[in-house]
Amino acid sequence: MPDYTGDIDARPIGAPQSKAGAWLHRFANPGRFQRLVQPILPWLTMVAFVTTVVGLVWGFFYAPADWQQGIASRIMYVHIPAAWVAMNGYAALAICSLLSIVWRHPLADIAAKEIGPVGAGFTALCLISGSLWGRPEWGTYWVWDARLTSVLILLFLYLGHMALIRAFDNPQHGYRAAAILGLVGAVNLPIIVFSVYWWNTLHQGNSISVTGPSKIYVTMLYPLIICTVGFYLAFAAMCLGRISSGIMENRARALLLARAERGGA
Amino acid sequence: MMSRKTRRLWLVVACGAGVSCATALMLVAFRSSLSFFLSPQEVIAKHPAPGMVFRLGGVVQANTVVMGTRDSRPYTTFRITDGQASIPVVFTGVLPGLFRQGQGVVTVGTMAKGDREFMADTVLAKHGASYMPAPVEQALRKAGKWNPKFGPAPNAATWDDKSPRTIEADNNG
Repeated sequence: MPDYTGDIDARPIGAPQSKAGAWLHRFANPGRFQRLVQPILPWLTMVAFVTTVVGLVWGFFYAPADWQQGIASRIMYVHIPAAWVAMNGYAALAICSLLSIVWRHPLADIAAKEIGPVGAGFTALCLISGSLWGRPEWGTYWVWDARLTSVLILLFLYLGHMALIRAFDNPQHGYRAAAILGLVGAVNLPIIVFSVYWWNTLHQGNSISVTGPSKIYVTMLYPLIICTVGFYLAFAAMCLGRISSGIMENRARALLLARAERGGA
Repeated sequence: MMSRKTRRLWLVVACGAGVSCATALMLVAFRSSLSFFLSPQEVIAKHPAPGMVFRLGGVVQANTVVMGTRDSRPYTTFRITDGQASIPVVFTGVLPGLFRQGQGVVTVGTMAKGDREFMADTVLAKHGASYMPAPVEQALRKAGKWNPKFGPAPNAATWDDKSPRTIEADNNG
């Protein structure tokens, strides 16, 4: 795809019409994406790995335990970052769905397809770690309160999206259908965040909010922040790696198809 | 004339608004069943029929916990309060680790005949959103800022980055 962004007035019919559109198309170009991502991917992976390990070791072995929960409170260094990544991963998926439906960006389609499994993994990690945390502290692995149920629905949304986007022989049909599911499912995100305030739940309120002080003591907060950064970087590395190979898969498929059409072996 | 992209964008915005409104209405309609438990005040207002299983939640009222054994099984009586009303609870079984005075709990069971006390089969402990090391909790207690017996931790800004020594010193200052 040629680069029209330098000279908007010279664009041919169908090329982006606004500055914002041009900016979007600049990053929607799979070739440019590959040139940008391929060199940084090994570094991103390494930094993500080191950050996560530092955060977890700090949290598990050096940070103090909670005064009443004791050692089980250390599960939060996995549980809370996993929950944040699971939710923001879905937000990313919803944004890709919007770009796919409105602007028909091929890269957004591939991104939505590849974010799904990674996000589902983090959601499962959040649910499993939370369940193992609930048993010693609350006295139960699972209850059907609003927070737990809405996160379980998030997992099903991810799984449904994964299935739907791969369900059609014509991938374009899968992209359209999955994008609608991705956007509709976004309604679940505010429900997850505010469930603990809108309804009585067994799950406690949010410990960290944008407004107001953190309810986690500073020596426990630092490793938590490092773990969170590590988890986000790991999520980004996994998604970018998957998208990169997704682009190459598509290209390989297109080349094979073209060769088959020419009647080649 | 709108371009196709603009039309699609508005379509998505309109559908988004529709879906959000539908979800909001649904959540409001199912409000009572989405709540995990009833507070003592709600129980007194609604009078659940004896024998109907429901969840009662609130804070374990300070100085009401009595523990003993009956037929070689541990049993506990305590009152659950929400600050407005309080209901006595009888529970036979092993309590979760976090159970203590001032802790939030959710109990599952039925009201005994006569609407007097709640017979719980299960007690689940809630915990607050605060996490602090033991020395900080001790310092808050010594400074007279918090006794966990009487409810959740004080405003996080008063402790979340202060050393235990500073918290204690604030008491004298």
